[in-house]
Amino acid sequence: MESVIFYIFAAILLFAATMVITVRNPVRAALFLVLAFFTSAGIWLMLEAEFLAISLVLVYVGAVLVLFLFVVMMLDIDLAPLKEGFTRYLPLGIIVAALIVVEMIAVLNAPQFDISAAQATDGSNTKMLGRLLYTVYVYPFEIASVILTVAIVAAITLTLREHHRKLQDPAKQVMVKSADRLRMVDLRSKKQDGEGSES
Amino acid sequence: MNYQVPNMLFALPEMVMLAMACVVLLFVAFTGNRKIQWSYGLSQLSLFAVLMTVIFSWGDTGTTFSATYIKDSLSDILKIAICLINMCVLLYSVEYLRARQLLQGEFYVLALFATLGMLIMVSANHFLTLYLGLELLSLCLYAMVAMHRDSVIATEAAMKYFILGAIASGMLLYGMSIIYGITGSLMLQEVAAAVYSSSSSDTILSFALVFIIIGIGFKFGAVPFHMWLPDVYHGAPTAITLFIAAAPKVAAFALLIRLLVDGLIDLQTYWQPMLMLMAVLSMIIGNVVAIAQTNIKRMLAYSTISHVGFLLMGVLSGTDAGYAASLFYTLIYALMTLATFGVILLMSRYGFEADNIDDYKGLSSQHPWLALLMMILMFSMAGIPPLAGFYAKLGVIKAVVDVDMMAVALIAVVMSVIGAFYYLRVIKVMYFDKTEEKCEFTYSGPAAFVLSINTLLVLALGIFPGLLMSICSTVFS
Amino acid sequence: MIDMFLQDILPNVLKILLIVVPLMLSVAYLTYAERKVIGYIQVRIGPNRVGLWGLLQPIADALKLLLKEVIFPAKSNLYLFLVAPVLAIGPALAAWAVMPFDDGMVLANIDAGLLYILAITSMSVYGVVIAGWASNSRYAFLGALRSAAQVVSYEIAMGFALVGVLIAAGSLNLGEIVLAQQGGFWHWYFIPLFPLFIVYFISGVAETNRAPFDIAEGESEIVAGFHVEYSGMAFAIFFLAEYADMILISMLAATLFMGGWLSPFDGIPVLESFFSWVPGLVWLLGKTAIFLFLYLWFRATFPRYRYDQIMRLGWKVFIPVTLVWLVIVSTAQVFDIGPWFTESAVITAGGG
Repeated sequence: MESVIFYIFAAILLFAATMVITVRNPVRAALFLVLAFFTSAGIWLMLEAEFLAISLVLVYVGAVLVLFLFVVMMLDIDLAPLKEGFTRYLPLGIIVAALIVVEMIAVLNAPQFDISAAQATDGSNTKMLGRLLYTVYVYPFEIASVILTVAIVAAITLTLREHHRKLQDPAKQVMVKSADRLRMVDLRSKKQDGEGSES
Repeated sequence: MNYQVPNMLFALPEMVMLAMACVVLLFVAFTGNRKIQWSYGLSQLSLFAVLMTVIFSWGDTGTTFSATYIKDSLSDILKIAICLINMCVLLYSVEYLRARQLLQGEFYVLALFATLGMLIMVSANHFLTLYLGLELLSLCLYAMVAMHRDSVIATEAAMKYFILGAIASGMLLYGMSIIYGITGSLMLQEVAAAVYSSSSSDTILSFALVFIIIGIGFKFGAVPFHMWLPDVYHGAPTAITLFIAAAPKVAAFALLIRLLVDGLIDLQTYWQPMLMLMAVLSMIIGNVVAIAQTNIKRMLAYSTISHVGFLLMGVLSGTDAGYAASLFYTLIYALMTLATFGVILLMSRYGFEADNIDDYKGLSSQHPWLALLMMILMFSMAGIPPLAGFYAKLGVIKAVVDVDMMAVALIAVVMSVIGAFYYLRVIKVMYFDKTEEKCEFTYSGPAAFVLSINTLLVLALGIFPGLLMSICSTVFS
Repeated sequence: MIDMFLQDILPNVLKILLIVVPLMLSVAYLTYAERKVIGYIQVRIGPNRVGLWGLLQPIADALKLLLKEVIFPAKSNLYLFLVAPVLAIGPALAAWAVMPFDDGMVLANIDAGLLYILAITSMSVYGVVIAGWASNSRYAFLGALRSAAQVVSYEIAMGFALVGVLIAAGSLNLGEIVLAQQGGFWHWYFIPLFPLFIVYFISGVAETNRAPFDIAEGESEIVAGFHVEYSGMAFAIFFLAEYADMILISMLAATLFMGGWLSPFDGIPVLESFFSWVPGLVWLLGKTAIFLFLYLWFRATFPRYRYDQIMRLGWKVFIPVTLVWLVIVSTAQVFDIGPWFTESAVITAGGG
């Protein structure tokens, strides 16, 4: 039963991941990415890593990809230039990809990954994770928080342009004179021969 | 799990740095750019404070934070170097940034956080800490390169740097995750022990090693992972180029030593040929392509690539003397780069970047002292005795000769001769080419003074290399 | 296979029906209540034609929507256009799985219940965003953009408010959170966590895109926002999802801050035994009704926020408030202050 569910999830995950990179429309690609995250969260749940699964959904599906969609939806991407060179680089790409696949099959066949050791413990692994994060891994954890702070600082540095802000200054608005807004120009109408130029 | 309350005193430099970076951040957030002098002063003060904490705790060694943090003589000496280098960088870059409206508080905030990232890297005893320190550093550097938002080439450079850097980080992380899958640990000593005891085939370990080497190669800018380096050096504002070129290389050296020597020393038979290939290619491509450059920042970028090749040579020898020689090379390289870019920064003023080699025509007749400094630096970079660059090159070449890698040593010698050509060309332009244009600029103040000391230090370390060399060799013994 | 069906699947399906059917009925009568309440607030009578006091009005509305034609706009992305309502209603129903209605009366008693609810509710925004994008309409698209930005912003404040609850209770399990508030209404978390309580409920209103945060619909600005192109049953599903979310947020507020199924008269000498026969579910529903009334009251009272005001409130007011109060809660927890932070000091001791 469990393996059936796993294979269903795995198949959906692979399908979604493939669609992310093959589908033409970026919005649909982002939505397939959502699906991919969701199914991988499902697989994690089956490994009894419920905290990781839920935080994956919470952080990536609930926040990161919403922002991603937000940006992608507003883009009007012309897809033609993106496709340029695709066929030109295709043979080389296929060769490299095939090499990597062969290499990985050769290497990862070796029975050295001891997956059974990674089984989840009994009871609440949320509590266990929390305890570990704030004791043994407190130093990396704090560094991660510093990285996030820096990310905010960097993003604000690169996007905030103070001098381009539109601000209304009521004092200036009150003090405005008609001469500031209206320029009187003397446009003398040309005398046409005989005929009036009113019409 | 047994958990011991960490000995926070070991990590005092990082904590001081973090606290001061936050203070500067808040100060900048509340005062904006109105009191930029104060931000500058505070930044220098924080670097100085960190320097003091390192110096006063000199000699204590040990690990803390559940062995994710290590304090040893390597971390101490690298931290001192990083603080001193960054103090000089901030000093040199003030006028340059001010002239280009780039002197913003965020520059100092990012510089301090980048320094924090470097400190974390050199004190990392855990793959996770190492990676996080590297990310902290890289993130700051990407933002700093992009800070000049109206410049097209700066934006392009930042984009290239960011994308390639992210791929490199991904590679590194992938390698680390495979290693974790095999050894079940991320702590350097435990990984080393697990690698030592694993009697089975090392196929997967070497597979992981490939990714890690690629990651390191990217961060160093070693051939064939050097593509970003010339564009970033060229595109970024010179002050930022200086920041990227100097201290991060020192931190990258720590990354190299921690990963390959502390963690994966038993895979030396695998990483030695990889490093050798990278070193030889870097020396060849760096030196040969540098000849064709007309832009001095680009030329220095290729020169950096070749220096990285030399630096890797000491590590690939796999001996303590080799590591010490590499450390010495790294420090000397940082010192020389600092001063060279210092000269460029001093010469460039608003609307004039001083980044073409032709801009240095006739410098000797107008500013003989500056030309003299530049000449010392160029000679030192070329590796001409009795300057510091010579002893640095000698040390790493000796290290590979000692392990009977004659071919590598030979290539290194030939390449340093070829490399001398483009360094000497700068000297020729300064001393023998005449120009009608008067380059009108004045230099004075603390920046020029420190720059002179910095350059004379290159000379002094060339004449008396013994002290620094002996410090370097005690680190690895 | 049949054994498994009888033992595992069938009881769960029945339980799910036991939650969903009453929920749907509640949604129907919540719309009735809304019209009536707002009617009386505006000195009108509200629906009073269909059945006694208009009580059959929601049934008539549902029938009408069922029979209407679903129109697909030209050049819309048909597939996503149809998926969007499903994505809206799915999370709105799935979140109920971990809701405890009484001691032990819960469909899935999982440890990370609070996180589960946060994760599932955070997904409800996809229905809105996809609907807006797939409709191929400017107004719908504007609604989707507004909603995406708003929901993501308020999720942070809401998450922080819930972190306060979990620090105080020492658990992520909703049942345990309720039990940690035992011992009379002065033990309920709305007293020690008052700022978080306020932030939570207001963020909840914003998360459900209800007035005064209904900029995603904004009928006076962008017609009807993200669901402007929807009609018939597809529209009804959005409607259902919105009201189911409202009930969920209200019941969560009751559970997390008002003692859930606990009687308000616990610990009061005479009243406690006098009311002891009342089942916990009644108290829970009563508390939920209070919050639902607040929802309707807000809608009748406040004018709609402007987009930038919403952002300012979320980022510059709520998040700092929650952060400060989290520090206070943590300190109180470490030093065992008041009747609230004493029982559950397990996690701070660190030696468990």
